[in-house]
Amino acid sequence: MSVDLATVKRVARLSRLAVSDEEAARMEGELNTILGFVEQLDEVDVTGVEPMTSVTPMAMKKRVDQVTDGDKAADVVANAPASDEGFFLVPKVVE
Amino acid sequence: MSELTKLTIAEAREKLRAREVTSEELTNAYIDAIEAANPTLNAYVTVTSEKARDMARRSDARYAAGEAGALEGIPLGIKDLFATEGVHTQACSHILDHFEPRYESTVTQNLWDDGAVMLGKLNMDEFAMGSSNETSYYGPVTNPWRVEGSNRNLVPGGSSGGSAASVAAMLCAGATATDTGGSIRQPAAFTGTVGIKPTYGRCSRWGIVAFASSLDQAGPITRDVRDAAIMLKSMASSDPKDTTSTDREVPDYEAAIGRSVKGMKIGIPREYRVDGMPGEIDGLWQKGIDWLRDAGAEIVDISLPHTKYALPAYYIVAPAEASSNLARYDGVRYGLRHNGKDILDMYEKTRADGFGAEVKRRIMIGTYVLSAGYYDAYYLKAQKVRTLIKRDFETVFADGVDAILTPATPSAAFEIGDAEMAADPVKMYLNDIFTVTVNMAGLPGIAVPAGLSESGLPLGLQLIGRPFDEETLFATANVVEQAAGRFTPKRWW
Repeated sequence: MSVDLATVKRVARLSRLAVSDEEAARMEGELNTILGFVEQLDEVDVTGVEPMTSVTPMAMKKRVDQVTDGDKAADVVANAPASDEGFFLVPKVVE
Repeated sequence: MSELTKLTIAEAREKLRAREVTSEELTNAYIDAIEAANPTLNAYVTVTSEKARDMARRSDARYAAGEAGALEGIPLGIKDLFATEGVHTQACSHILDHFEPRYESTVTQNLWDDGAVMLGKLNMDEFAMGSSNETSYYGPVTNPWRVEGSNRNLVPGGSSGGSAASVAAMLCAGATATDTGGSIRQPAAFTGTVGIKPTYGRCSRWGIVAFASSLDQAGPITRDVRDAAIMLKSMASSDPKDTTSTDREVPDYEAAIGRSVKGMKIGIPREYRVDGMPGEIDGLWQKGIDWLRDAGAEIVDISLPHTKYALPAYYIVAPAEASSNLARYDGVRYGLRHNGKDILDMYEKTRADGFGAEVKRRIMIGTYVLSAGYYDAYYLKAQKVRTLIKRDFETVFADGVDAILTPATPSAAFEIGDAEMAADPVKMYLNDIFTVTVNMAGLPGIAVPAGLSESGLPLGLQLIGRPFDEETLFATANVVEQAAGRFTPKRWW
Protein backbone atom coordinates (compact mmCIF):
# COMPACT_ATOMS: atom_id res chain seq x y z
CA MET A 1 0.00 0.00 0.00
CA SER A 2 1.26 3.48 -0.71
CA VAL A 3 -0.11 6.94 -0.07
CA ASP A 4 -0.72 9.71 -2.59
CA LEU A 5 -0.70 13.46 -2.01
CA ALA A 6 -4.44 13.61 -1.30
CA THR A 7 -4.07 10.89 1.36
CA VAL A 8 -1.17 12.75 2.95
CA LYS A 9 -3.30 15.86 3.20
CA ARG A 10 -6.25 13.90 4.60
CA VAL A 11 -4.03 12.24 7.24
CA ALA A 12 -2.50 15.64 8.10
CA ARG A 13 -6.00 16.97 8.68
CA LEU A 14 -6.83 13.97 10.90
CA SER A 15 -3.54 14.59 12.75
CA ARG A 16 -4.37 18.29 13.19
CA LEU A 17 -1.17 19.31 11.44
CA ALA A 18 -1.13 22.21 9.01
CA VAL A 19 1.06 21.22 6.04
CA SER A 20 2.13 23.27 3.05
CA ASP A 21 2.02 21.71 -0.44
CA GLU A 22 5.79 21.48 -0.36
CA GLU A 23 5.80 19.68 3.01
CA ALA A 24 3.02 17.35 1.89
CA ALA A 25 5.03 16.39 -1.18
CA ARG A 26 8.10 15.64 0.93
CA MET A 27 6.03 13.67 3.43
CA GLU A 28 4.52 11.60 0.63
CA GLY A 29 7.96 10.25 -0.21
CA GLU A 30 8.97 9.69 3.42
CA LEU A 31 5.75 7.99 4.41
CA ASN A 32 5.95 5.69 1.41
CA THR A 33 9.52 4.75 2.34
CA ILE A 34 8.37 3.82 5.85
CA LEU A 35 5.25 2.02 4.65
CA GLY A 36 7.39 0.14 2.15
CA PHE A 37 9.67 -0.92 4.99
CA VAL A 38 6.83 -2.22 7.17
CA GLU A 39 5.38 -4.16 4.25
CA GLN A 40 7.81 -6.96 5.18
CA LEU A 41 5.22 -8.03 7.72
CA ASP A 42 3.15 -9.44 4.86
CA GLU A 43 5.60 -12.38 4.83
CA VAL A 44 4.55 -13.43 8.33
CA ASP A 45 1.77 -15.97 8.74
CA VAL A 46 -0.32 -14.78 11.68
CA THR A 47 -3.20 -17.21 11.24
CA GLY A 48 -4.62 -18.05 14.65
CA VAL A 49 -2.20 -15.72 16.47
CA GLU A 50 -3.70 -13.53 19.18
CA PRO A 51 -2.74 -9.86 18.98
CA MET A 52 -0.71 -8.72 21.97
CA THR A 53 -2.72 -6.68 24.43
CA SER A 54 -0.36 -6.71 27.41
CA VAL A 55 3.36 -7.30 27.19
CA THR A 56 3.59 -8.73 30.71
CA PRO A 57 0.85 -11.07 31.89
CA MET A 58 -0.86 -9.04 34.56
CA ALA A 59 -4.34 -8.21 35.68
CA MET A 60 -5.24 -4.55 35.48
CA LYS A 61 -4.86 -3.01 38.91
CA LYS A 62 -7.92 -1.36 40.34
CA ARG A 63 -7.85 1.34 42.93
CA VAL A 64 -10.33 1.82 45.72
CA ASP A 65 -13.37 3.74 44.50
CA GLN A 66 -12.90 6.89 46.51
CA VAL A 67 -11.98 10.50 45.88
CA THR A 68 -8.20 10.86 46.26
CA ASP A 69 -7.52 13.98 44.25
CA GLY A 70 -9.08 17.30 43.34
CA ASP A 71 -9.27 20.98 44.23
CA LYS A 72 -6.37 21.68 41.90
CA ALA A 73 -7.92 24.01 39.35
CA ALA A 74 -5.10 26.52 39.78
CA ASP A 75 -2.47 23.82 39.21
CA VAL A 76 -4.35 22.44 36.22
CA VAL A 77 -4.48 25.77 34.38
CA ALA A 78 -1.08 26.99 35.60
CA ASN A 79 0.62 26.11 32.32
CA ALA A 80 -2.21 27.08 29.98
CA PRO A 81 -1.41 29.68 27.31
CA ALA A 82 -4.74 31.35 28.08
CA SER A 83 -7.02 30.85 31.09
CA ASP A 84 -9.48 32.80 33.19
CA GLU A 85 -10.70 32.00 36.70
CA GLY A 86 -9.83 28.31 36.48
CA PHE A 87 -11.09 27.82 32.90
CA PHE A 88 -9.14 27.24 29.69
CA LEU A 89 -9.77 29.89 27.08
CA VAL A 90 -10.21 28.77 23.47
CA PRO A 91 -11.42 30.47 20.28
CA LYS A 92 -15.19 30.55 19.93
CA VAL A 93 -16.49 27.12 18.87
CA VAL A 94 -20.27 27.73 18.96
CA GLU A 95 -21.89 30.42 16.85
CA MET B 1 38.44 18.22 35.49
CA SER B 2 38.07 17.78 39.22
CA GLU B 3 39.05 14.40 40.65
CA LEU B 4 35.69 14.37 42.41
CA THR B 5 33.72 14.10 39.19
CA LYS B 6 35.70 10.99 38.24
CA LEU B 7 34.21 9.03 41.13
CA THR B 8 31.59 6.42 40.33
CA ILE B 9 28.39 6.47 42.37
CA ALA B 10 29.72 3.61 44.51
CA GLU B 11 33.03 5.41 45.11
CA ALA B 12 31.35 8.73 45.90
CA ARG B 13 28.94 6.97 48.24
CA GLU B 14 31.87 5.54 50.18
CA LYS B 15 33.60 8.92 50.51
CA LEU B 16 30.37 10.63 51.51
CA ARG B 17 29.64 7.98 54.13
CA ALA B 18 33.18 8.26 55.48
CA ARG B 19 32.65 12.06 55.54
CA GLU B 20 35.82 12.50 53.47
CA VAL B 21 33.90 14.69 51.08
CA THR B 22 30.62 16.58 51.34
CA SER B 23 27.79 16.47 48.86
CA GLU B 24 28.14 20.22 48.49
CA GLU B 25 31.76 19.82 47.35
CA LEU B 26 30.81 17.03 44.97
CA THR B 27 27.85 18.99 43.62
CA ASN B 28 29.93 22.13 43.12
CA ALA B 29 32.55 20.10 41.23
CA TYR B 30 29.84 18.89 38.84
CA ILE B 31 28.34 22.35 38.40
CA ASP B 32 31.80 23.69 37.51
CA ALA B 33 32.31 20.83 35.07
CA ILE B 34 28.93 21.46 33.43
CA GLU B 35 29.61 25.18 33.09
CA ALA B 36 32.91 24.46 31.37
CA ALA B 37 31.69 21.68 29.07
CA ASN B 38 28.07 22.39 28.26
CA PRO B 39 28.62 25.16 25.68
CA THR B 40 30.50 22.53 23.64
CA LEU B 41 28.62 19.32 24.40
CA ASN B 42 25.06 20.70 24.85
CA ALA B 43 24.15 17.80 27.15
CA TYR B 44 22.05 19.87 29.56
CA VAL B 45 19.09 22.01 28.53
CA THR B 46 18.68 23.43 32.05
CA VAL B 47 21.11 23.47 34.95
CA THR B 48 19.43 23.80 38.36
CA SER B 49 22.52 24.95 40.27
CA GLU B 50 20.74 26.62 43.18
CA LYS B 51 18.36 23.71 43.69
CA ALA B 52 21.30 21.30 43.47
CA ARG B 53 23.33 23.17 46.11
CA ASP B 54 20.31 23.33 48.36
CA MET B 55 19.63 19.60 48.00
CA ALA B 56 23.33 18.88 48.60
CA ARG B 57 23.39 20.88 51.84
CA ARG B 58 20.33 19.00 53.06
CA SER B 59 22.07 15.71 52.18
CA ASP B 60 25.11 16.77 54.16
CA ALA B 61 22.84 17.51 57.12
CA ARG B 62 21.30 14.04 56.83
CA TYR B 63 24.77 12.45 56.77
CA ALA B 64 25.59 14.42 59.92
CA ALA B 65 22.35 13.22 61.53
CA GLY B 66 22.98 9.61 60.50
CA GLU B 67 19.85 9.55 58.31
CA ALA B 68 21.45 9.14 54.89
CA GLY B 69 19.47 7.43 52.11
CA ALA B 70 20.78 4.98 49.51
CA LEU B 71 21.75 7.74 47.06
CA GLU B 72 22.32 10.47 49.62
CA GLY B 73 24.19 13.41 48.15
CA ILE B 74 24.81 11.83 44.72
CA PRO B 75 24.43 14.42 41.90
CA LEU B 76 22.34 13.14 39.00
CA GLY B 77 21.17 14.44 35.64
CA ILE B 78 17.51 13.94 34.65
CA LYS B 79 16.29 13.38 31.10
CA ASP B 80 13.94 16.16 30.03
CA LEU B 81 11.15 13.55 29.64
CA PHE B 82 10.65 13.23 33.42
CA ALA B 83 8.26 15.66 35.09
CA THR B 84 10.16 17.62 37.73
CA GLU B 85 8.07 19.97 39.81
CA GLY B 86 8.60 23.61 38.91
CA VAL B 87 11.52 22.76 36.60
CA HIS B 88 11.83 22.76 32.77
CA THR B 89 10.07 19.61 31.46
CA GLN B 90 9.61 19.85 27.72
CA ALA B 91 10.64 16.52 26.20
CA CYS B 92 12.99 18.83 24.25
CA SER B 93 10.05 19.92 22.10
CA HIS B 94 9.04 23.43 21.05
CA ILE B 95 5.39 22.54 21.69
CA LEU B 96 5.99 22.28 25.45
CA ASP B 97 7.62 25.73 25.68
CA HIS B 98 7.80 27.02 29.25
CA PHE B 99 6.06 23.92 30.67
CA GLU B 100 6.87 23.49 34.35
CA PRO B 101 4.79 20.71 35.88
CA ARG B 102 3.11 21.06 39.25
CA TYR B 103 3.99 17.48 40.11
CA GLU B 104 6.99 15.13 40.24
CA SER B 105 7.37 11.86 38.32
CA THR B 106 7.42 8.74 40.48
CA VAL B 107 10.92 7.76 39.31
CA THR B 108 12.49 11.12 40.16
CA GLN B 109 10.56 11.31 43.45
CA ASN B 110 12.03 7.88 44.34
CA LEU B 111 15.52 9.27 43.67
CA TRP B 112 14.98 12.38 45.80
CA ASP B 113 13.47 10.23 48.57
CA ASP B 114 16.74 8.28 48.56
CA GLY B 115 18.70 11.54 48.89
CA ALA B 116 19.91 12.14 45.32
CA VAL B 117 20.72 15.67 44.12
CA MET B 118 19.34 17.06 40.83
CA LEU B 119 21.88 18.89 38.65
CA GLY B 120 19.50 19.72 35.83
CA LYS B 121 17.56 18.45 32.82
CA LEU B 122 19.25 16.59 30.01
CA ASN B 123 18.93 17.00 26.26
CA MET B 124 17.20 14.29 24.23
CA ASP B 125 15.55 13.64 20.89
CA GLU B 126 12.20 15.43 20.73
CA PHE B 127 9.60 13.28 22.53
CA ALA B 128 12.27 10.53 22.63
CA MET B 129 11.89 10.00 18.87
CA GLY B 130 15.32 9.56 17.38
CA SER B 131 18.58 7.65 17.54
CA SER B 132 21.07 10.53 17.35
CA ASN B 133 19.75 13.33 19.57
CA GLU B 134 19.52 15.46 16.42
CA THR B 135 15.73 15.91 16.61
CA SER B 136 15.93 17.95 19.84
CA TYR B 137 14.49 21.46 19.66
CA TYR B 138 17.58 22.44 21.67
CA GLY B 139 20.04 21.22 19.08
CA PRO B 140 22.17 18.09 18.92
CA VAL B 141 24.32 16.78 21.76
CA THR B 142 27.98 16.22 20.93
CA ASN B 143 29.47 12.87 21.86
CA PRO B 144 32.51 13.31 24.15
CA TRP B 145 34.16 10.58 22.05
CA ARG B 146 35.93 11.40 18.78
CA VAL B 147 37.65 9.28 16.19
CA GLU B 148 41.35 9.18 17.04
CA GLY B 149 43.11 12.12 15.44
CA SER B 150 39.87 13.68 14.17
CA ASN B 151 38.06 16.81 15.31
CA ARG B 152 34.71 15.90 13.73
CA ASN B 153 31.73 15.84 16.05
CA LEU B 154 29.86 12.59 16.53
CA VAL B 155 26.34 11.92 17.80
CA PRO B 156 25.96 10.37 21.27
CA GLY B 157 23.05 8.24 20.04
CA GLY B 158 19.49 8.77 21.11
CA SER B 159 17.05 9.40 22.33
CA SER B 160 18.83 9.61 25.72
CA GLY B 161 21.82 11.37 24.13
CA GLY B 162 22.17 14.01 26.82
CA SER B 163 22.06 11.33 29.52
CA ALA B 164 24.77 9.23 27.87
CA ALA B 165 27.03 12.16 26.94
CA SER B 166 26.82 13.73 30.41
CA VAL B 167 27.69 10.44 32.12
CA ALA B 168 30.61 9.78 29.73
CA ALA B 169 31.93 13.36 30.04
CA MET B 170 31.56 13.24 33.85
CA LEU B 171 28.95 15.98 34.00
CA CYS B 172 26.84 13.91 36.42
CA ALA B 173 27.45 10.77 38.48
CA GLY B 174 24.58 8.99 36.75
CA ALA B 175 21.54 9.91 34.69
CA THR B 176 17.95 8.85 34.25
CA ALA B 177 16.96 7.79 30.76
CA THR B 178 14.07 6.09 28.98
CA ASP B 179 13.94 3.39 26.32
CA THR B 180 11.11 2.75 23.85
CA GLY B 181 13.09 1.02 21.09
CA GLY B 182 16.70 1.31 22.25
CA SER B 183 16.93 4.85 23.64
CA ILE B 184 18.94 3.82 26.72
CA ARG B 185 21.07 1.03 25.26
CA GLN B 186 22.10 2.57 21.93
CA PRO B 187 23.42 5.86 23.42
CA ALA B 188 25.12 3.90 26.21
CA ALA B 189 26.90 1.82 23.55
CA PHE B 190 27.89 4.96 21.60
CA THR B 191 29.48 6.61 24.65
CA GLY B 192 31.16 3.74 26.52
CA THR B 193 28.61 3.84 29.35
CA VAL B 194 26.30 1.24 30.89
CA GLY B 195 22.56 1.46 30.29
CA ILE B 196 19.80 -0.87 31.41
CA LYS B 197 16.21 -0.95 30.24
CA PRO B 198 14.42 -2.97 32.90
CA THR B 199 11.41 -5.22 32.34
CA TYR B 200 8.26 -3.38 31.30
CA GLY B 201 6.46 -2.49 34.54
CA ARG B 202 9.57 -2.37 36.74
CA CYS B 203 9.76 1.44 36.83
CA SER B 204 6.62 3.50 37.08
CA ARG B 205 5.76 5.50 33.96
CA TRP B 206 3.80 8.05 35.99
CA GLY B 207 5.02 11.56 35.24
CA ILE B 208 7.14 10.51 32.26
CA VAL B 209 6.03 12.21 29.04
CA ALA B 210 4.44 9.35 27.09
CA PHE B 211 5.75 8.29 23.67
CA ALA B 212 4.53 4.69 23.13
CA SER B 213 2.92 3.54 26.35
CA SER B 214 3.20 -0.23 25.78
CA LEU B 215 6.96 0.07 25.10
CA ASP B 216 8.27 2.97 27.25
CA GLN B 217 10.43 2.09 30.26
CA ALA B 218 12.76 4.19 32.41
CA GLY B 219 16.24 3.09 33.42
CA PRO B 220 19.64 4.49 34.37
CA ILE B 221 22.77 5.30 32.35
CA THR B 222 25.91 5.06 34.48
CA ARG B 223 29.70 4.68 34.30
CA ASP B 224 29.73 1.04 35.35
CA VAL B 225 27.51 -1.96 36.01
CA ARG B 226 27.48 -1.57 39.80
CA ASP B 227 26.28 2.03 39.51
CA ALA B 228 23.46 0.89 37.19
CA ALA B 229 22.39 -1.63 39.85
CA ILE B 230 22.50 1.02 42.58
CA MET B 231 20.49 3.51 40.55
CA LEU B 232 17.88 1.05 39.28
CA LYS B 233 17.20 -0.08 42.84
CA SER B 234 16.19 3.48 43.71
CA MET B 235 14.29 4.19 40.47
CA ALA B 236 12.18 1.02 40.51
CA SER B 237 9.04 0.70 42.60
CA SER B 238 5.46 -0.49 42.66
CA ASP B 239 3.26 2.48 41.96
CA PRO B 240 -0.51 2.67 42.39
CA LYS B 241 -0.45 5.62 39.97
CA ASP B 242 0.70 3.39 37.08
CA THR B 243 -1.63 0.43 36.51
CA THR B 244 1.08 -1.36 34.50
CA SER B 245 3.63 -1.15 37.31
CA THR B 246 4.50 -4.48 38.89
CA ASP B 247 3.75 -5.42 42.50
CA ARG B 248 6.99 -7.40 42.80
CA GLU B 249 9.46 -6.35 45.46
CA VAL B 250 12.51 -4.51 44.14
CA PRO B 251 15.49 -6.85 44.66
CA ASP B 252 18.89 -5.73 45.92
CA TYR B 253 20.41 -5.54 42.44
CA GLU B 254 23.86 -4.65 43.73
CA ALA B 255 24.07 -8.04 45.46
CA ALA B 256 24.07 -9.63 41.97
CA ILE B 257 27.38 -7.94 41.07
CA GLY B 258 30.11 -10.53 41.37
CA ARG B 259 27.65 -13.43 41.39
CA SER B 260 29.12 -16.35 39.46
CA VAL B 261 27.83 -17.15 35.98
CA LYS B 262 29.15 -20.72 36.21
CA GLY B 263 26.66 -23.12 34.67
CA MET B 264 24.49 -20.36 33.25
CA LYS B 265 23.21 -20.91 29.73
CA ILE B 266 23.91 -17.95 27.46
CA GLY B 267 22.03 -17.96 24.17
CA ILE B 268 23.58 -16.63 20.96
CA PRO B 269 20.77 -15.86 18.50
CA ARG B 270 21.79 -16.65 14.93
CA GLU B 271 19.31 -14.11 13.49
CA TYR B 272 21.33 -11.26 14.99
CA ARG B 273 24.20 -12.01 12.62
CA VAL B 274 22.76 -9.61 10.06
CA ASP B 275 23.91 -9.03 6.49
CA GLY B 276 26.60 -6.42 6.16
CA MET B 277 27.49 -6.48 9.87
CA PRO B 278 30.93 -4.89 10.26
CA GLY B 279 33.69 -7.35 11.13
CA GLU B 280 34.57 -5.41 14.27
CA ILE B 281 31.03 -5.86 15.64
CA ASP B 282 31.18 -9.57 14.92
CA GLY B 283 34.63 -9.74 16.52
CA LEU B 284 33.40 -7.95 19.63
CA TRP B 285 30.48 -10.35 19.90
CA GLN B 286 32.89 -13.30 19.71
CA LYS B 287 35.01 -11.76 22.46
CA GLY B 288 31.93 -11.48 24.66
CA ILE B 289 31.12 -15.13 24.00
CA ASP B 290 34.67 -16.13 24.98
CA TRP B 291 34.62 -14.05 28.18
CA LEU B 292 31.38 -15.59 29.36
CA ARG B 293 32.55 -19.09 28.44
CA ASP B 294 35.83 -18.52 30.31
CA ALA B 295 33.78 -17.46 33.33
CA GLY B 296 32.05 -20.84 33.28
CA ALA B 297 28.88 -20.12 31.32
CA GLU B 298 27.59 -22.59 28.76
CA ILE B 299 27.21 -21.01 25.33
CA VAL B 300 24.30 -22.26 23.23
CA ASP B 301 23.20 -21.35 19.72
CA ILE B 302 19.58 -20.30 19.67
CA SER B 303 17.05 -19.14 17.12
CA LEU B 304 14.65 -16.20 17.44
CA PRO B 305 13.00 -16.59 14.04
CA HIS B 306 10.86 -13.44 14.04
CA THR B 307 13.74 -11.06 14.84
CA LYS B 308 13.73 -9.36 11.44
CA TYR B 309 10.08 -8.41 11.82
CA ALA B 310 10.54 -6.59 15.12
CA LEU B 311 11.64 -3.28 13.62
CA PRO B 312 8.87 -3.05 10.99
CA ALA B 313 6.27 -4.05 13.62
CA TYR B 314 7.74 -1.43 15.95
CA TYR B 315 7.32 1.26 13.28
CA ILE B 316 3.60 0.54 13.29
CA VAL B 317 3.00 0.07 17.03
CA ALA B 318 5.17 2.96 18.30
CA PRO B 319 3.86 5.66 15.90
CA ALA B 320 0.28 4.46 16.44
CA GLU B 321 0.60 4.88 20.19
CA ALA B 322 2.52 8.14 19.75
CA SER B 323 -0.13 9.67 17.50
CA SER B 324 -2.66 9.00 20.22
CA ASN B 325 -0.46 10.15 23.13
CA LEU B 326 0.57 13.35 21.35
CA ALA B 327 -3.01 14.36 20.59
CA ARG B 328 -2.98 16.19 23.94
CA TYR B 329 -0.65 18.90 22.61
CA ASP B 330 -3.31 21.17 21.22
CA GLY B 331 -2.36 24.67 22.33
CA VAL B 332 -5.05 24.68 25.01
CA ARG B 333 -3.72 23.14 28.20
CA TYR B 334 0.01 23.80 28.13
CA GLY B 335 2.88 24.99 26.03
CA LEU B 336 2.89 26.70 22.69
CA ARG B 337 -0.17 28.27 21.06
CA HIS B 338 -0.62 29.95 17.71
CA ASN B 339 -3.93 31.68 17.19
CA GLY B 340 -5.94 30.85 14.09
CA LYS B 341 -9.18 31.84 12.46
CA ASP B 342 -11.04 29.13 14.40
CA ILE B 343 -10.21 26.39 16.90
CA LEU B 344 -9.24 23.84 14.24
CA ASP B 345 -6.92 26.35 12.62
CA MET B 346 -5.44 27.06 16.05
CA TYR B 347 -4.77 23.34 16.65
CA GLU B 348 -3.23 22.85 13.23
CA LYS B 349 -0.99 25.91 13.33
CA THR B 350 0.15 25.19 16.90
CA ARG B 351 1.00 21.57 16.14
CA ALA B 352 2.61 22.37 12.78
CA ASP B 353 4.99 24.82 14.40
CA GLY B 354 5.42 23.03 17.75
CA PHE B 355 6.42 19.58 16.50
CA GLY B 356 9.64 18.89 14.61
CA ALA B 357 9.86 16.92 11.35
CA GLU B 358 10.51 13.48 12.89
CA VAL B 359 7.67 13.81 15.39
CA LYS B 360 5.27 14.92 12.63
CA ARG B 361 6.37 11.98 10.48
CA ARG B 362 5.54 9.54 13.28
CA ILE B 363 2.22 11.19 14.10
CA MET B 364 1.30 10.92 10.41
CA ILE B 365 2.31 7.25 10.18
CA GLY B 366 0.46 6.49 13.41
CA THR B 367 -2.68 8.30 12.30
CA TYR B 368 -2.58 6.55 8.95
CA VAL B 369 -2.18 3.01 10.33
CA LEU B 370 -5.00 3.59 12.82
CA SER B 371 -7.33 5.24 10.31
CA ALA B 372 -10.55 3.64 9.08
CA GLY B 373 -9.92 0.66 6.84
CA TYR B 374 -6.23 0.24 7.73
CA TYR B 375 -6.37 -0.76 11.40
CA ASP B 376 -6.48 -4.53 10.77
CA ALA B 377 -3.88 -4.48 8.00
CA TYR B 378 -1.32 -2.56 10.05
CA TYR B 379 -1.89 -2.21 13.78
CA LEU B 380 -3.64 -5.52 14.44
CA LYS B 381 -1.15 -7.35 12.26
CA ALA B 382 1.78 -5.73 14.06
CA GLN B 383 0.37 -6.69 17.46
CA LYS B 384 0.07 -10.29 16.24
CA VAL B 385 3.68 -10.24 15.06
CA ARG B 386 4.56 -8.89 18.48
CA THR B 387 2.99 -11.97 20.06
CA LEU B 388 5.25 -14.12 17.84
CA ILE B 389 8.36 -12.11 18.78
CA LYS B 390 7.59 -12.59 22.47
CA ARG B 391 6.90 -16.29 21.90
CA ASP B 392 10.38 -16.69 20.33
CA PHE B 393 11.93 -15.47 23.58
CA GLU B 394 9.59 -17.54 25.77
CA THR B 395 10.60 -20.65 23.86
CA VAL B 396 14.34 -20.19 24.42
CA PHE B 397 13.86 -19.25 28.07
CA ALA B 398 11.71 -22.37 28.55
CA ASP B 399 14.60 -24.36 27.09
CA GLY B 400 16.75 -23.18 29.99
CA VAL B 401 18.54 -20.15 28.52
CA ASP B 402 19.34 -17.68 31.31
CA ALA B 403 20.38 -14.70 29.20
CA ILE B 404 21.00 -13.82 25.55
CA LEU B 405 24.14 -12.07 24.30
CA THR B 406 24.02 -9.82 21.21
CA PRO B 407 25.78 -6.73 19.89
CA ALA B 408 24.14 -3.52 21.18
CA THR B 409 24.31 -1.56 17.92
CA PRO B 410 25.19 -2.35 14.29
CA SER B 411 27.97 0.30 14.27
CA ALA B 412 29.90 2.78 16.39
CA ALA B 413 28.76 6.41 16.71
CA PHE B 414 28.34 8.30 13.43
CA GLU B 415 28.83 11.97 12.57
CA ILE B 416 26.37 14.72 13.39
CA GLY B 417 24.50 15.51 10.19
CA ASP B 418 25.21 12.14 8.55
CA ALA B 419 23.81 12.70 5.06
CA GLU B 420 22.59 9.14 4.43
CA MET B 421 20.62 8.99 7.66
CA ALA B 422 19.17 12.45 7.16
CA ALA B 423 17.97 11.47 3.67
CA ASP B 424 16.37 8.16 4.64
CA PRO B 425 14.42 7.84 7.91
CA VAL B 426 14.55 4.03 7.71
CA LYS B 427 18.36 4.13 7.72
CA MET B 428 18.24 5.94 11.06
CA TYR B 429 15.65 3.48 12.37
CA LEU B 430 18.04 0.57 11.68
CA ASN B 431 20.19 1.76 14.60
CA ASP B 432 17.70 0.01 16.86
CA ILE B 433 17.75 -3.33 15.06
CA PHE B 434 19.32 -5.23 18.00
CA THR B 435 17.51 -3.40 20.79
CA VAL B 436 13.92 -3.06 19.60
CA THR B 437 13.00 -6.76 19.98
CA VAL B 438 13.50 -6.38 23.73
CA ASN B 439 10.91 -3.58 23.98
CA MET B 440 8.48 -5.49 21.78
CA ALA B 441 8.71 -8.44 24.21
CA GLY B 442 8.81 -6.29 27.38
CA LEU B 443 12.10 -7.88 28.51
CA PRO B 444 15.04 -6.38 30.39
CA GLY B 445 18.17 -5.54 28.38
CA ILE B 446 21.52 -4.06 29.38
CA ALA B 447 24.20 -2.47 27.19
CA VAL B 448 27.73 -2.76 28.52
CA PRO B 449 30.91 -1.37 26.92
CA ALA B 450 33.05 -4.19 25.54
CA GLY B 451 35.79 -2.60 23.46
CA LEU B 452 36.84 0.06 21.00
CA SER B 453 36.34 0.13 17.25
CA GLU B 454 39.30 0.33 14.86
CA SER B 455 38.87 4.11 14.90
CA GLY B 456 38.93 4.21 18.69
CA LEU B 457 35.21 4.58 19.41
CA PRO B 458 33.36 2.59 22.09
CA LEU B 459 31.29 -0.45 21.16
CA GLY B 460 28.82 -2.25 23.38
CA LEU B 461 27.32 -5.67 23.90
CA GLN B 462 23.75 -6.31 24.94
CA LEU B 463 22.48 -8.92 27.37
CA ILE B 464 18.78 -9.77 27.34
CA GLY B 465 17.13 -11.46 30.31
CA ARG B 466 13.96 -13.19 31.44
CA PRO B 467 11.14 -10.93 32.62
CA PHE B 468 12.09 -9.35 35.99
CA ASP B 469 15.45 -11.10 36.08
CA GLU B 470 17.58 -7.96 35.95
CA GLU B 471 19.87 -9.61 38.50
CA THR B 472 21.18 -12.09 35.93
CA LEU B 473 21.89 -9.16 33.61
CA PHE B 474 23.92 -7.39 36.28
CA ALA B 475 25.85 -10.60 37.00
CA THR B 476 26.63 -11.34 33.35
CA ALA B 477 27.30 -7.71 32.38
CA ASN B 478 29.74 -7.53 35.27
CA VAL B 479 31.69 -10.45 33.76
CA VAL B 480 31.90 -8.58 30.44
CA GLU B 481 32.96 -5.39 32.23
CA GLN B 482 35.64 -7.18 34.27
CA ALA B 483 37.09 -8.68 31.10
CA ALA B 484 36.77 -5.62 28.85
CA GLY B 485 37.66 -2.89 31.33
CA ARG B 486 36.15 0.57 31.39
CA PHE B 487 36.43 3.18 28.65
CA THR B 488 36.61 6.93 29.10
CA PRO B 489 36.97 9.58 26.39
CA LYS B 490 40.09 11.74 26.19
CA ARG B 491 39.08 15.22 27.14
CA TRP B 492 39.09 17.71 24.23
CA TRP B 493 36.15 19.93 25.19
